[in-house]
Amino acid sequence: MTAVLPVLILATSLVPALLIFWLPERAWRARAWLNLGGAAVKILLVVFLMVEVANGVTHEARLDLAPGLYLLLRVDALTLLFVSLSAFLWLMTTIYAIAYLGEGPNLSRFFGFFSLCVAATTGLALAGTLITFFIFFELLTLTTWPLVVHKENAKSVKAGRLYLAYSLPGSAALLVAIIWLESATGPVIFAEPGDLRVLSDASLMAIFALFALGVGVKAALFPLHGWLPEAMAAPAPVSALLHAVAVVKAGAFGIVRLIYDVYGIALTAELGVGLPLALLAAFTILWGSLRALQQTEVKKRLAFSTVSQVSYIVLGAALAGPYAVIGGLVHLVHQGLMKITLFFCAGLYDERAGITRIDQLDGIGRRMPLTSICFTIGAMGMIGIPPVAGFVSKFYLGLGGLQAGEPWVVGVLAASALLNAGYFLPMLYRIWFGVASVDAPAADERSPGMLVPAVATAAASLAAGLFAGAAISPLAWASLIAAGYLP
Amino acid sequence: MTTLLLSLPVALPLLAALLAVAAARQAAGLAMATGFLVLGLSVWLAFEVAALGPITIALGGWEAPLGIVLRADGLGAGFLVVSAMVMAVVLVAAQPSFEDQGQESRAGFAFWPLALLLFAGLNTAFLSRDLFNLFVALELLTLSAIALVAIGGKADAVTAALRYMVFALLGSVLFLLGAALAYAAHATLDIGLLSQVEPGWPMAAALALMTMGLAIKTALFPFHAWLPPAHAGAPAPASAMLSALVPKASFVILLRLWFDLAPELASPLLLAVLGGLGAVAVIHGSLLAIGQDRLKLIIAYSTVAQLGYLFLVFPLAGGAGAAQPWSAGAWTAASFHAFAHMLAKASMFLAAGLFLRAVGHDRLEGLRGLARAMPIACFAFGLSAISLMGLPLSGGFTAKYLLLTSAFASGQWGWGLVLVAGGLLAAIYLFRPLNLMFSKEGAAASLTPVPRWEQVLPLLLALAAVLLGLFSAGPFAFLQIGRPGAAAEGLLP
Repeated sequence: MTAVLPVLILATSLVPALLIFWLPERAWRARAWLNLGGAAVKILLVVFLMVEVANGVTHEARLDLAPGLYLLLRVDALTLLFVSLSAFLWLMTTIYAIAYLGEGPNLSRFFGFFSLCVAATTGLALAGTLITFFIFFELLTLTTWPLVVHKENAKSVKAGRLYLAYSLPGSAALLVAIIWLESATGPVIFAEPGDLRVLSDASLMAIFALFALGVGVKAALFPLHGWLPEAMAAPAPVSALLHAVAVVKAGAFGIVRLIYDVYGIALTAELGVGLPLALLAAFTILWGSLRALQQTEVKKRLAFSTVSQVSYIVLGAALAGPYAVIGGLVHLVHQGLMKITLFFCAGLYDERAGITRIDQLDGIGRRMPLTSICFTIGAMGMIGIPPVAGFVSKFYLGLGGLQAGEPWVVGVLAASALLNAGYFLPMLYRIWFGVASVDAPAADERSPGMLVPAVATAAASLAAGLFAGAAISPLAWASLIAAGYLP
Repeated sequence: MTTLLLSLPVALPLLAALLAVAAARQAAGLAMATGFLVLGLSVWLAFEVAALGPITIALGGWEAPLGIVLRADGLGAGFLVVSAMVMAVVLVAAQPSFEDQGQESRAGFAFWPLALLLFAGLNTAFLSRDLFNLFVALELLTLSAIALVAIGGKADAVTAALRYMVFALLGSVLFLLGAALAYAAHATLDIGLLSQVEPGWPMAAALALMTMGLAIKTALFPFHAWLPPAHAGAPAPASAMLSALVPKASFVILLRLWFDLAPELASPLLLAVLGGLGAVAVIHGSLLAIGQDRLKLIIAYSTVAQLGYLFLVFPLAGGAGAAQPWSAGAWTAASFHAFAHMLAKASMFLAAGLFLRAVGHDRLEGLRGLARAMPIACFAFGLSAISLMGLPLSGGFTAKYLLLTSAFASGQWGWGLVLVAGGLLAAIYLFRPLNLMFSKEGAAASLTPVPRWEQVLPLLLALAAVLLGLFSAGPFAFLQIGRPGAAAEGLLP
């Protein structure tokens, strides 16, 4: 047991961030090396820690702030599921962002906050106590705000304001929930939360609701999702990161921690708070898809699709049956891979062909074949067509619903798959079979920095589905985590 | 050695103030040197206190009640160090505004001695244990503060200074009456000796008078009307001192009165009234800050709100609550909140001064696009805002966490809700300027350039406010040294 590794893994993003702020605008090479170097070291550390955790070695680091208040970083299996996803996607997004932003203004500020945002996500994954989780959760809000408003135009500033208007009250609710709980039980350490029973059932339910409200804003649960589609005003790499790892996943991850590491499955079931949450998630799944169907802009449609897809994770966590947990956890990774692919492609369409609306996609498949293949893989995964990763998640979630005695879940999944097909298939049809209008602007794919990450994440989404049975797949890791939680 | 360590923070600024009048040409350098020297001495003193416990000295060898006693405990030394930090940075930051005018202008001549007198008054208030000395310290502090408000000579500022003077004099009179009453009844002014006598009605009346006087000087609601125009009207470095430092002196004395001198007189009703006024100040001050259109006024109203938080310590840790397990957290939280506010508010006023210089006015519209033009100052403003909102990781967050935990642990939920609401309201009034900094559309075309090193100064203070949150274990333990009454154990296992 050592304190070095958790700190080190946090430092791989934090140190580059702090250095990048002070670099002059022109130093794009130094920025790139700092970012990529940090990401590479992080991936190595993650691999090493996976071996450690699989062997049952725990690593933790602690910093005391005041009596009863301390930061605890601890590596467990769930941590690594999230950290490995964020490390891989950070690397990909950085490569993409360097190409996407080129030599625009304020790049040191952008990449500084970008790395800080990843550091906050990593800290959130490593958090070993509720208050540590809260601290990084809040840091995430603060570090993503400058990214959302990065373009400095009226639209992005409005988006930033909306983001804060949702996030800050959410965090306040979360803080009240945490302190209410901790003032009765003492500091809550994940997986060993002490006896929550000192509080009455009503208090525990209220705390659960406040907590779900707080993290629900980030997870974009209905009706707290309003900020997410607006945040599309941010540059494409930011949207990609927001939708795949950083913000929405932080919310979903918080729900998983709440149910499995704070309340525990038994208490959640006893209080009967899981089912209402599952129903809300199911409603969000359908609502997000319906709204996606109405959108005419590519990125807006993808944004509402995120609202829907992230709730799969919440649904799986809330159902709390063995298969459902696995389905939810594995979707945390799968959705990240697929959604980031889609956003990378949307950015490519925008940058290289000037396409922002769906009706402009006609015939783009022939002119941008690689991008379009990647987009197709991502979209098929979202619908749940085998062998792309999304199928695996949905299969486990469906089984989980039946196992938990909630057969309606299968209905929700089927309806959602239909809706997903309803909004993705027309896009694919336009891409591959549409005829480009004569006055369509020129399009090409000559931007390797943007294309390579898209191809890599698309390949990863495919591989995660194809080799789901392998010993090192996300599915195998999710099953390992689930085995740890279930009685 | 300890005698020197305790008396120099009081004596040096006084001496430097005299010299600054005599050698006006060297005043700026002298003041800055004094700032850093006192900072160094304070840090040294803090280490001594950490090693030896509270240090008490009798000046000239005369013990109380005859002589004058200075005492450095965790609270006093802590405030001494943080205020010296703020003072040192603010004096450096003031140099471009006040030095080039040399001795020709009244402002350039008067600023340095006044700032040094204020410094001396502040340090005396933190270290003294004698009610009359505290009165003198407060007078020194208030009079130089009033003069600093009016130093620019603008009509608005002079009006504000006059209003400040009316309130301040009322406060002084009440405090002096209270001290006289205590002396008449017990023939001593030493807080240590007074705390040992059986308190009767004269003591209760004395405390009531002094508390009211100090509340006026701390700008507690409803006595806050003088603060915003005075703090917003003064030149930025002066505003930084006024907002960050001056009200803390009277607050520390309030803490000494109710936790040290006569904790047994603190009835639940009185504590609830003090806490209630603080709570109203938090909400009222924040709402007024939201309505302002000038940056310095927003920051000044924010001070009204932030000072309100400090008074929550009375219901959470005062009276019978002092023996409860949560009181250590709440009591320390008040000091943490004061420290974080001192650093963040000074940083914010300094940054606002730079914005004002760059744009030419401090209306909010002028902030458009500054994130690109003045990134360092804007970053400093943002970091200070984080601490003022009580968001992690910052000294403001640690304070808020400790106060919230004691509110919940003691079942006094209402105060907790005030804390949460105050944080959200602060976000509303602080993100307004921040939003503008990030919207470049309609930005002013020409800005007066501000040197990079000047932008770094507010950043240093803001970073200190943040680091206080990251490294709060040491300061927390330090503040327990010589904490009056009650068990020193932590809040929770």
